[in-house]
Amino acid sequence: MECCFFFSRYFNSSDNNLQYWGLDYPPLTAYHSLLCAYVAKFINPDWIALHTSRGYESQAHKLFMRTTVLIADLLIYIPAVVLYCCCLKEISTKKKVANALCILLYPGLILIDYGHFQYNSVSLGFALWGVLGVSCDWDLLGSLAFCLAINYKQMELYHSLPFFCFLLGKCFKKGLKGKGFVLLIKLACTVVASFILCWLPFCTEREQTLQVLRRLFPVDRGLFEDKVANIWCSFSIFLKIKEILPHHFQIIISFCFTFLSLLPACVKLTLQPSSKGFRFTLVSCALSFFLFSFQVHEKSILLVSLPVCLVLSEIPFMSTWFLLVSTFSMLPLLLKDELLMPLVVTTIAFFIACATSFSIFEKTSEEELQLKSFSLSVRKYLPCFTFLSRIIQYLFLISVITMVLLTLITVTLDPPQKLPDLFSVLVCFVSCLHFLFFLVYFNIIIMWDSKSGRNQKKIN
Amino acid sequence: MAALGIAMGGGNWFSALALGVTLLKCLLIPTYHSTDFEVHRNWLAITHSLPVSQWYYEATSEWTLDYPPFFAWFEYALSHVAKYFDQEMLNVRNLNYSSSRTLLFQRFSVIFTDALFVYAVHECCKCIDGKKAGKELTEKPKFILSVLLLWNFGLLIVDHIHFQYNGFLFGLMLLSIARLFQKRHMEGAFLFAVLLHFKHIYLYVAPAYGVYLLRSYCFTANKPDGSIRWNSFSFVRVISLGLIVFLVSALSLGPFLALNQLPQVLSRLFPFKRGLCHAYWAPNFWALYNALDKVLSIIGLELKLLDPNKIPKASMTSGLVQQFQHTVLPSVTPLATLICTLIAILPSVFCLWFKPQGPRGFLRCLILCALSSFLFGWHVHEKAILLAVLPMSLLSVGKAGDASIFLILTTTGHYSLFPLLFTAPELPTKILLMLLFTTYSISSLKTLFSVPSFKKIKEKKDGRDLVLLLPVSLPKQGGRARTSRELPGRCTAFPA
Repeated sequence: MECCFFFSRYFNSSDNNLQYWGLDYPPLTAYHSLLCAYVAKFINPDWIALHTSRGYESQAHKLFMRTTVLIADLLIYIPAVVLYCCCLKEISTKKKVANALCILLYPGLILIDYGHFQYNSVSLGFALWGVLGVSCDWDLLGSLAFCLAINYKQMELYHSLPFFCFLLGKCFKKGLKGKGFVLLIKLACTVVASFILCWLPFCTEREQTLQVLRRLFPVDRGLFEDKVANIWCSFSIFLKIKEILPHHFQIIISFCFTFLSLLPACVKLTLQPSSKGFRFTLVSCALSFFLFSFQVHEKSILLVSLPVCLVLSEIPFMSTWFLLVSTFSMLPLLLKDELLMPLVVTTIAFFIACATSFSIFEKTSEEELQLKSFSLSVRKYLPCFTFLSRIIQYLFLISVITMVLLTLITVTLDPPQKLPDLFSVLVCFVSCLHFLFFLVYFNIIIMWDSKSGRNQKKIN
Repeated sequence: MAALGIAMGGGNWFSALALGVTLLKCLLIPTYHSTDFEVHRNWLAITHSLPVSQWYYEATSEWTLDYPPFFAWFEYALSHVAKYFDQEMLNVRNLNYSSSRTLLFQRFSVIFTDALFVYAVHECCKCIDGKKAGKELTEKPKFILSVLLLWNFGLLIVDHIHFQYNGFLFGLMLLSIARLFQKRHMEGAFLFAVLLHFKHIYLYVAPAYGVYLLRSYCFTANKPDGSIRWNSFSFVRVISLGLIVFLVSALSLGPFLALNQLPQVLSRLFPFKRGLCHAYWAPNFWALYNALDKVLSIIGLELKLLDPNKIPKASMTSGLVQQFQHTVLPSVTPLATLICTLIAILPSVFCLWFKPQGPRGFLRCLILCALSSFLFGWHVHEKAILLAVLPMSLLSVGKAGDASIFLILTTTGHYSLFPLLFTAPELPTKILLMLLFTTYSISSLKTLFSVPSFKKIKEKKDGRDLVLLLPVSLPKQGGRARTSRELPGRCTAFPA
């Protein structure tokens, strides 16, 4: 509910007084909040005036705020999901509808946007429009949509590398001397133009721009803050990196790890751009950033969840598993907001919807998990490597049991006096292990996709 | 893993529907609840803390026990579970006590007791024949009926937001209807007798049961032309039915008869001092009557035909529960409403007697009894419309004409329930749920019968047409209700 501040601040400050921004999101969020503030002023001016002081919340005002999220969702995110599912190939209409339902039922986004209160669906929706545009060969519109996404929330930069590599790959394929070069120039112009348009009011003074940039990328705040299912946070259980390493060194190693982990997938995408490879690279890139990057928040897992939702129809079992873990990783945050019952209900509903729509428990063979080529390669060296799908099924069972147990423990028991954060740390650690596993898995799929990739019909 | 897969995706759509709606009910736990929440908490306290002899005399709270004894015993049973949630709610002096644990317990008790409703819907689905259905699961009548009953918007908002225990009571009623369809008449009668002693509002439909059982069960055979064969009267059946009703009533009222408290119990059950209309007018005939009276009184005052001093100060639109006198039109007494109700149900009851058409005929009569009582009854709540809507769902998947009537009835009936939830946060919920339910019911029934316009009512071969237009109630700030017209069913037994 603290977002209600923004409305009053943006409304009360004039265009010249840009020093007073309490916000650390890019300009588009500011414009959206301003729009909502105008509507709020039209309905009831008190809401804007009174919000210079904290804590006042009438029921009607709460309803208004929640409705703005719903409207943004209806206008941007939901149409993108529906259109995406309509454009899926080689599946029946019934399955398309089921797919759309499962994506929309994803608990993480619902709970964060409507429970915790944020506008993630706007930036994710724009990113999805970008994915749609680029996959269907409307490259300029796709990149424009993605620029809007970045300018709404700077965390969308997690998705920027795959976009860049995919579009670059397309340009290379068209030939750098002819059409490809033209496309490259057009894309560059689109991106630059959209950025300029969004940042125009801020470009008046250099100091302003730097101040905003400093807010957007708070490198001073350290490697991580609070508990997050990140490598650095989990590692610091054993070794307190934050205190041992100097600050600039932390930035460097974080950068190196991130870059190294996403390099293979991105190079592959540039050399062999395909729609399927693009989506999987989105997943692995975003996951690499989440695990290794600087100042990551737990809510950033939503940036990984969106691409995973997109591949739900291709690897339903692993995607459902990932989406359940991603919701679980936000457990401490959701418990703070007293969202236990909605969490349980939406997770059960999502799980049942996915399980029945995709029959995930019947799709655990190697081929279904897209690990066939990988296991064939491994079997050249280790002939006895035949138990992959069995292992994965057992891992799933253990994982679900662990998550349920941890949830029960966190809800019912009190942590010991000496370790007050024990349960949140456990949740983060367990989630981090899961994410590492998924990182490896998605990278395997991308890298071993080469044989089937050559035979597949490539998107021109 | 494969076994789990089969269990999950095995096509057990009924469980999926039931589970889905249960999850939705869990999400509705923190929503607004009305004074009925405090009513039931009070009854938990009364039945737990006080001896049986005090139950119908206790009046610390304004919400005294006004349901029959079986419901009191039900609350008593619940109270034994309640003490593990929050002992404080069982204190009679803790008026308006609503800790989070109390809320959780009460809401979960409603959700849990809905299991009986789910079972009843399952039984009702068995009575539907799906021969003319399409191959697609979602086009089968059983599926549509299950959705219309399990996900019924009216029942959801009355039970799980406004807070009442109608779920399992309607479960009992639907189960007794299902038993009558399955020709298990004794069980049907028993279930209905039990139901009456849980909530006496079901007396509205008792004539249908009585006439049907007498005519179609006690007279074991008909003459070839369908009329009654007097010598096929079975005394055994009559006596066994009577015995069932007597035993159930004895079990219910017996203890209070022994304590000489029967008059007190009856006065609590039938509070005629409460006035012709409830605080929020149910959209029935008396609402129109009151409105007309108000209009005439205003006109009379303007034209100086009435003396302002003689007009009673309290008005019917003030939202209070009291007895009033009408100013211009003659005042209405409980007896008058009873007579109007009896006249309204007479045609359908006559049809049921003279030209019985098996369980379907009984169901139509039941619906008409419910509607007539709703329209002409004394102190009717708007929630009583559910008494007609839910059984009508059973008919709606059978014939196209019934489907059209059902759509009108259910849409207006549900809309008339809107004023029950007047808080701002519930506004999007109720509008969205209503839209979803209405859209689904219209589209699914249309697909089932493929009628071009749902206003067309096909002529049926047996000639019984029912045309009902229910009142559409406007927001209760004005307290106005619009036209309602009910034409009695035409039977071939009567000359045109």
